[in-house]
Amino acid sequence: MNQDAFDVAVVGAGPAGLAAALAAAESGVTVALIDAGVGPGGQYWRSPAPGAGTFKPNTLHHSWRRFTDTTTRLSALASAGRAVRFAGHHVWSIAQADDRWSLHCNVGAEPRQRDAQPPVTIHARRLVLATGAYDRQLPFPGWDLPGVMTAGGVQSLLKGHLVVAGETVVVAGTGPFLLPVAVGLARYGARVAAVIEANTPLAFTRSPRAVFGAINKLGEAATYGVALLRHRVAVRHRHAVIRAFGNDRLEGVVVARLDRDGRPLADTERSVACDLLAVGWGFTPQLELHLQLGCATRMDVDSSLIVDVDDNQQTTVEGVWAAGESTGVGGADLASVEGMIAGYAVARSLDATPVRNDVPLRRRRGALREFATVMHRVYSIPDALLDDVDDETLVCRCEEVTAGSLRRAVDELGATDPRTVKLLVRPGMGWCQGRVCGFATVCLTARHTGRAAVDSDMRAFADRPIATPTPLGSLARLADD
Amino acid sequence: MTTPSQFEISFDSTPIPCREGWTVGAALTAAGIRSWRTTRQGQRARGLFCGIGICFDCLVTVNGQPSLRACLVPAQPGDQVRTQEGTGR
Repeated sequence: MNQDAFDVAVVGAGPAGLAAALAAAESGVTVALIDAGVGPGGQYWRSPAPGAGTFKPNTLHHSWRRFTDTTTRLSALASAGRAVRFAGHHVWSIAQADDRWSLHCNVGAEPRQRDAQPPVTIHARRLVLATGAYDRQLPFPGWDLPGVMTAGGVQSLLKGHLVVAGETVVVAGTGPFLLPVAVGLARYGARVAAVIEANTPLAFTRSPRAVFGAINKLGEAATYGVALLRHRVAVRHRHAVIRAFGNDRLEGVVVARLDRDGRPLADTERSVACDLLAVGWGFTPQLELHLQLGCATRMDVDSSLIVDVDDNQQTTVEGVWAAGESTGVGGADLASVEGMIAGYAVARSLDATPVRNDVPLRRRRGALREFATVMHRVYSIPDALLDDVDDETLVCRCEEVTAGSLRRAVDELGATDPRTVKLLVRPGMGWCQGRVCGFATVCLTARHTGRAAVDSDMRAFADRPIATPTPLGSLARLADD
Repeated sequence: MTTPSQFEISFDSTPIPCREGWTVGAALTAAGIRSWRTTRQGQRARGLFCGIGICFDCLVTVNGQPSLRACLVPAQPGDQVRTQEGTGR
């Protein structure tokens, strides 16, 4: 199926993509908003299907009003034919022909289903990539037991289905995201045994200027703090889950206090019984499409690979803008601001006049970015946790590759970089294509070879010529550009 | 044809309740089921991990088709969900 070209294609309908689509469409250009999700909102504003039961948005979602306001205005623009939302469209490839981009999409909630709709190609003159991010993980013994889930996954079950994924929960890892996850679970009936945070927010006191620049974040954190107190949830700072145990199903975790270097102190180990562990160590931006197009990247303060953008959110590739977590993990507020700036900039590039002066937006972006940088420093991954991964621990869940195998690839097979380790012992070669183990494989390999991980190491695990798993049948049915 | 707001699907021939708009993974989780796949090499039990279509740990067989992501497949009345061993083929 082919359509006439849109002025702009926005990929992703989370906070950044929605903002970009609205800013561009209100400025007078036509927009295709392409999103893998069934409903708009991305992971952040994922909302339950009506059949899931009644819910109050304020119990699960932050800045819900911004979401409903944006989608209402986008719907009005849709009736006027200026913005079209393509739900359940997974973009797996973008190609350039003449003066337009062709976005090849697999269609459906799970496009691999036999009865999925045929693939679709959407054409546009400009691109805004707002592909978001997913939870970043570190390997530890037992992390593949059923009942161990990413914090974002637990949150998506709650937000999208009002399903609480366990009865007794430990929330662990690092970062401010752990707090809303714990609060949501407690509100919806789980017993949250503990929040286990590897770092301490006291470190924010070292950067008062950045904190005051984004003072609303402080209020947000305080709200979660009060809610946790009300539910009698203890937050243990400078602690980590070092092991999960159970027989085919999670029965509990072992928690330890971390010393100054982030190394678990053996004499502080204790077991906590739980049937759900929600764990996350920050986020990994989703960069498949940016890398396909040849956008320049760099490593951010949090060691994530991110795409380079200029003041207008334009990437190094002509005609391609990016906004949100792919330009640096910074949360939904920053993503929305970046999305608006990108939307207005892309409209200007098409000789349309933006409906709003974006100077205040740029100032806000600066303040939020500064806060994000401090946040990454405060909630960093302790190096010691990576050094201490023992040889038997599974790193690649898909291909079942252990940390010992990675180290043997270096010690016995002569690998000097993560890419070669991947080729020799297969971490990142399975179903998920290194999305889950990529960060850990890069860090473990680099540390084992006695050097720091660099941009090109991360790229080796982020470069995927086909952005999302695509059945051969879809390729066979590919329409002409 | 409209989908009723509550219906049943089956997991390894046992009926489990489901709600409109749930994925197969949400229905299994709500029924207290935590794993529905074993890995190809270690025969390790696996279920939901990332919950958003990234990790492929939750692969399951639905209506005879193996290796679908349970976290993404929308559940339909009467769906037959089966445990998947290895590649499911």
